Amino acid sequence: MTVIISLLAAVTLILIAIIGAGTLGLQYLFGIVIPYATLAAFLFGIVYRVVKWARSPVPFHIPTTCGQQKSHPWIKYSKLESPFTALEVTGRMALEILFFRSLFRNTKVDLKKGPKLVYGSEKYLWLAGLAFHWSFLIILVRHLRFFVEPVPFFVAALQTLDGFFQIWLPIIYITDVVILVALLFLLFRRLYDPKLRYFSLAADYFPLFLLLSIAVTGYLMRYTGAKADLIAVKELAMGLLSFRPTIPVGLDTIFFIHLFLVSVLIAYFPFSKLMHMAGVFMSPTRNLANNSRAKRHVNPWDYDVKVHTYEEYEDEFREVMKAAKMPLEKE
Amino acid sequence: MYDAGKVITGIIVFLILITFPFWFNAASGRATYKPDPEIITPDDQCVETAEYMKRNHMDMLNQWRDQVVREGQRTFVAPDGKTYELSLSNTCMNCHSNKSEFCDACHNYMAVSPFCWDCHIEPQETTYGYK
Repeated sequence: MTVIISLLAAVTLILIAIIGAGTLGLQYLFGIVIPYATLAAFLFGIVYRVVKWARSPVPFHIPTTCGQQKSHPWIKYSKLESPFTALEVTGRMALEILFFRSLFRNTKVDLKKGPKLVYGSEKYLWLAGLAFHWSFLIILVRHLRFFVEPVPFFVAALQTLDGFFQIWLPIIYITDVVILVALLFLLFRRLYDPKLRYFSLAADYFPLFLLLSIAVTGYLMRYTGAKADLIAVKELAMGLLSFRPTIPVGLDTIFFIHLFLVSVLIAYFPFSKLMHMAGVFMSPTRNLANNSRAKRHVNPWDYDVKVHTYEEYEDEFREVMKAAKMPLEKE
Repeated sequence: MYDAGKVITGIIVFLILITFPFWFNAASGRATYKPDPEIITPDDQCVETAEYMKRNHMDMLNQWRDQVVREGQRTFVAPDGKTYELSLSNTCMNCHSNKSEFCDACHNYMAVSPFCWDCHIEPQETTYGYK
């Protein structure tokens, strides 16, 4: 059911773009107003969410570790698995963000015949996740050719590398194939396993369908007969970026579908699970050093409790205690 | 806010990166630049319409190459009935002899580097004869 709702949501978005930009000809709305509005929502949303997270205290010092902690100098400790200094934390974070190190340890549980509970390693999620994220990043950077003039050398270099195999014309990019395979795997992974299907929500399927629709509309404009007029596309982008927006001649409905889906994605981004992009930097289980034996972590929640120490108690009752011949710390 | 220094630095770095196209274009001063491929053709009609060529010339060139190299088929019949020789150097470049002002105008703008000249010899452009 959640799958169908998500699929319907993606189809509805495509229909909105077809009817809005195509049939009704609201190109100004879909080409200028919506991109600006969604970009504003994206920037505002990200900052808002991050600040909101930063305002919540981390009551406990909770780095999750899986290596020897730093203790005596003659015991070798694991710098990346149990970081002690800020530099080591940075190294651990970098591996987490760039290579999803913790997901590499992902395990699966299966109930086999017997009944027998079997635990095993599960690397496919890590592999598909890594393949998807890196492809997405490379595709995003490649798209800079539509957004900047002159096109920087690294965009051209990335394009050449991505089109290394020179198959088809226009050359099929490796990342275009990889991202499609990865997204389909991530989708079927949720559908195939009953346990995963049980706890998958519409919010899990919707981004997958949205990303798939974006990818497919992109393929249609590059590889098939529905080719876009790229000069017009870049003219639109450059107009938006220099705050002199115009709608150039030559933009097709398929381009507006692509643009509208991307607009929806970036507006949806800060208010959905996609915010793990910023969240990964703010996970206290990852970004804290495991140094609680060397440095005191004070709970920011700690209420300033009025205490009456033993010293003060003794000062208050010294005479009485002396008279009762009770032992005193200070005479 | 906790760890305000780190969080605000992070937000600023993110905003600088994400707004890269805005400030890059403002700095390069080429935001309003639009390529204007110069057409100096003696004929006033291409093998297909300009609108078709704009989007599909790469497909056509690819088909032409396959037809010539693999099938030995060297004639193209245009929609208007005219026949042309399938040849980049002799047919296309005969009219569009100004590679640097015609081909490269859009290709540079879109960062496209077609591999035509991996096999074909790049045309020797004369400094006279057009413009």
